[in-house]
Amino acid sequence: MSKEHEHGMSVIVKTVTRLTVGLIFLYGMYIVLHGHITPGGGFAGGVIIALSFINLDLAFGGKVSGKVFSKGGTSLVEALGAVMFLALALMGLQYGGFFDNFLHPDGEPGDLVSAGIIPLENIAISLKVGAGLFGIFLTLIVLQKFESEKKQ
Amino acid sequence: MIELYVLLGLMIAGAIIAIEVKNLLSAVVAVGIVGLGLSIIFLLLKAPDVALTQIVVEIAAVILLIRATLHRDIALKPCGSRPFGGFLAILFLGLAVLAGALTFSGGLNPFGSPLMTVSEFYPMNAVAGTGAVNVVSSVILDYRAYDTLGEATVLFTAVVGVLTVMRSKGKKKEEDLQGNNE
Amino acid sequence: MNAYMPYILCLILFCIGIYAVLSKRNIIKIILGVVIAEYAVNLFLILVAYKTGGRAAIFSATENIPPQSMVDPLPHALVLTSIVIGLATTAFMIALAIRLYGKYGTFDITRMRELRG
Repeated sequence: MSKEHEHGMSVIVKTVTRLTVGLIFLYGMYIVLHGHITPGGGFAGGVIIALSFINLDLAFGGKVSGKVFSKGGTSLVEALGAVMFLALALMGLQYGGFFDNFLHPDGEPGDLVSAGIIPLENIAISLKVGAGLFGIFLTLIVLQKFESEKKQ
Repeated sequence: MIELYVLLGLMIAGAIIAIEVKNLLSAVVAVGIVGLGLSIIFLLLKAPDVALTQIVVEIAAVILLIRATLHRDIALKPCGSRPFGGFLAILFLGLAVLAGALTFSGGLNPFGSPLMTVSEFYPMNAVAGTGAVNVVSSVILDYRAYDTLGEATVLFTAVVGVLTVMRSKGKKKEEDLQGNNE
Repeated sequence: MNAYMPYILCLILFCIGIYAVLSKRNIIKIILGVVIAEYAVNLFLILVAYKTGGRAAIFSATENIPPQSMVDPLPHALVLTSIVIGLATTAFMIALAIRLYGKYGTFDITRMRELRG
């Protein structure tokens, strides 16, 4: 047994997680990027992306997923999403007003590259929601676990 | 629309089980039933965006509730009612039923015929105005983007609140106090 | 069947949530009551938006869908943001409950009052 198997759930869960977690992440990206032409969008896609990290965390224990995404990194990504959203809104001031859709005439309706700034705003929202939810999860679960271990 | 009534009945049964059952794990799972039934109802009512978001958020909420609360030794303790709680609840429910009766007797349109005077603008002009085929997406990110900005603010505040409540550094004095009490 | 029947069932669901908030002693049960009431409010907004025989508010490149046949998209947008806010507030309530458990060693709110001071 390697050191990796000491934490988290059983080997079956770990193997299945290893096979599926990438697909879940890709599905979240798909939902975000196609938010303006199919059902979905930044909210649902962001939560799916956060759930793929939560899946990793639950299966392998806190130490392995902490290597992928620490708490500081989570805060950074969330702030990045907020700044991106506000920057897109402020860029509209140059063209007509706050949240003006200044890229709008590019692309045919129904294409992937269309609808102006809406896909970009979807990406910003997904970063914000996903990183925020994963940050809440890390705080509630992982820190709590460390505290209970310390008490014992 | 018989499926709608069946699912609503299932949700009400799930809610009653969630509130009256003794075991907290069973209660959380019953709330999961309510949320997933809600997701299917959203799909039946032609709201696929909301259905997708609801099913994902429900899974996340159940994971949080189970993992954050149920590794503690609280599962089999009885959870009774508060004194005066029953009286307050009956009073409030009576008022709620009265308000519902007053609302349904006049102001609300019957089920299946919405009041479209304002919202008709969005399907008519969304594709020409924003280029987005999904009308809901164009509403939340273009016509009513201030809503989304407010939502982002509330989410940020909630994350900061959780981090503040759960912080473990700088609590040495309080640990000493607890040690004295024990 | 009555045309207001879904609204009445939705009101019953809301009342169940409020009953749990008002009369239960366990904090987790109170959180579950808030969550159920929130689901009922979201459901009510989507019920108001439904049009009989309506279609989802998404246009298609291959098929011509008249805008008049679509359901009301505005409550869908409002509920979409409300669901995510509900998750965030639920997480905040769970954090408060965990802190209270760490301080008092119980989820029973009447025992918390006794242990104070």
